[in-house]
Amino acid sequence: MTKAARYLLPLALGVAVLALWEYLVRLYQVPVFLLPAPSAIWSALVGNFASLLQSLGTTLAVTWIAYLIALAAGIGLAVVFSQSRIAELALYPYAVILQVTPVLAIAPLILIWTGYEHVERAAVIIALIVAFFPILSNATLGLRSVDPALSDLFRLYGTSRFQRLWRLQLPGALPNILAGAKISAGLALIGAVVAEFVAGSGAATGLAWRITEAGNRLEIAKMFAALALLALAGIVNFYALAFVEWLALHRWHESALARQS
Amino acid sequence: MPSLLTLCGISKRFDNGLEAIRRLDVAVEAGEFVSLVGPSGCGKSTALRIVAGLTAPSAGTVAFAPSRPEIGFVFQEPALMPWAGALANVRLPLDLKRVARSEAEARAERALHRAGLKGFEKSFPRELSGGMKMRVSIARALAAQPKLLLMDEPFAALDEPTRQGLNDDLVALAREDAITVLFVTHSVFESAYLSTRVVVMTPRPGSVAAEIALSPPANRDVSWRMSEGFLEGARRVSSSLQSAMERAA
Repeated sequence: MTKAARYLLPLALGVAVLALWEYLVRLYQVPVFLLPAPSAIWSALVGNFASLLQSLGTTLAVTWIAYLIALAAGIGLAVVFSQSRIAELALYPYAVILQVTPVLAIAPLILIWTGYEHVERAAVIIALIVAFFPILSNATLGLRSVDPALSDLFRLYGTSRFQRLWRLQLPGALPNILAGAKISAGLALIGAVVAEFVAGSGAATGLAWRITEAGNRLEIAKMFAALALLALAGIVNFYALAFVEWLALHRWHESALARQS
Repeated sequence: MPSLLTLCGISKRFDNGLEAIRRLDVAVEAGEFVSLVGPSGCGKSTALRIVAGLTAPSAGTVAFAPSRPEIGFVFQEPALMPWAGALANVRLPLDLKRVARSEAEARAERALHRAGLKGFEKSFPRELSGGMKMRVSIARALAAQPKLLLMDEPFAALDEPTRQGLNDDLVALAREDAITVLFVTHSVFESAYLSTRVVVMTPRPGSVAAEIALSPPANRDVSWRMSEGFLEGARRVSSSLQSAMERAA
């Protein structure tokens, strides 16, 4: 399998599916309020580009703010857990409760607290709740999985807790932290979208709101256009993080090892 | 004069009730190369960990004279940081002791070169062979300039030619730096080749079954490996080990 084929193959499939879609919609004259043709979606995207782009910006801002807070809080709390068994025993069950409670069920409550005039605040909190846990649990696992012999070596040289954390636990946990970070990037976007859907009205201006709005007006092509932008944003986030992971790990970690066979 | 290291009546019973060591008495003089040989599970590794202060004995005392020396430890696995290059790995003990960066760098580089890894400063552990990783591990122990070097079956996982090369280099390095070595192995030949004295341990719970003084030449090399003296030493260690096993059975 050549390198070009890895990119060309999915691309060719995509083009083929779009072409078939266009053909079938025209052939059977499917109403545009049920399933618009790709060409109609494209013109909806171009026609509403400014407003859609602005909405994308709002959604991405919420996603990234929530994501950065989730990263800091998740890694920070994992570090606390790694230093204090008591803190871990006391707090971890509550982190799990936060994780297992469906976010859709919490969202209305959070919206009431932040107020419908500040949907973006609710969105940040909801995206944060969703994105937080994978980082916390992966970082906790990584910080705990220290090579026992290396751990002994650090003890032999009378290392301080901070040195141990900084030189042994954090670098060793990096692959786990990045794995959690990659999962959470996608979840943060989902959280941001869920919050806007739950708000349904008010001062929301993100892409999810555009989808709801377009749906109410039966502008299905515009719905698809917004949906396509959301998917694109998710893909870009994912590959940006995959790239960060590669940068950080490719020299030493097995996961980034090129296969020799 | 008291010995550099004295283990007096050391016993160790683990939390799960397993008694690893029972009343172990060993003294090590400065400049000696002492091997602990015994069947697997006889507590040799545990004894080494007790000397290093990594495990507390259930009974008995560990004494150093005149005071606790700088101790180096080489584990069964190389135990390198996979995210750091060879030089950074060797520098670790100096970094942990907060030695100034430039001096630490110079000392680590020297240790790495003496261990035979010139040109591999930036190589990551996964780019090195098993023997080279073990050389990095030895260089790391030497960089901290230990007076007492504890080694826990460091070459057990290596092939014979690699192991012989490392044996020769280890003896030379220890002699140059006047390092006293306490070496755990399950190989009769390795102990007879390296040591000035071999302590044979009984099966679990481990204690001293016999002590065998050897008189190897200062420089061990292939002529020592072929010599009658080496073979005689190996025979003595082997028969002591055999009778220790039989007595226990």
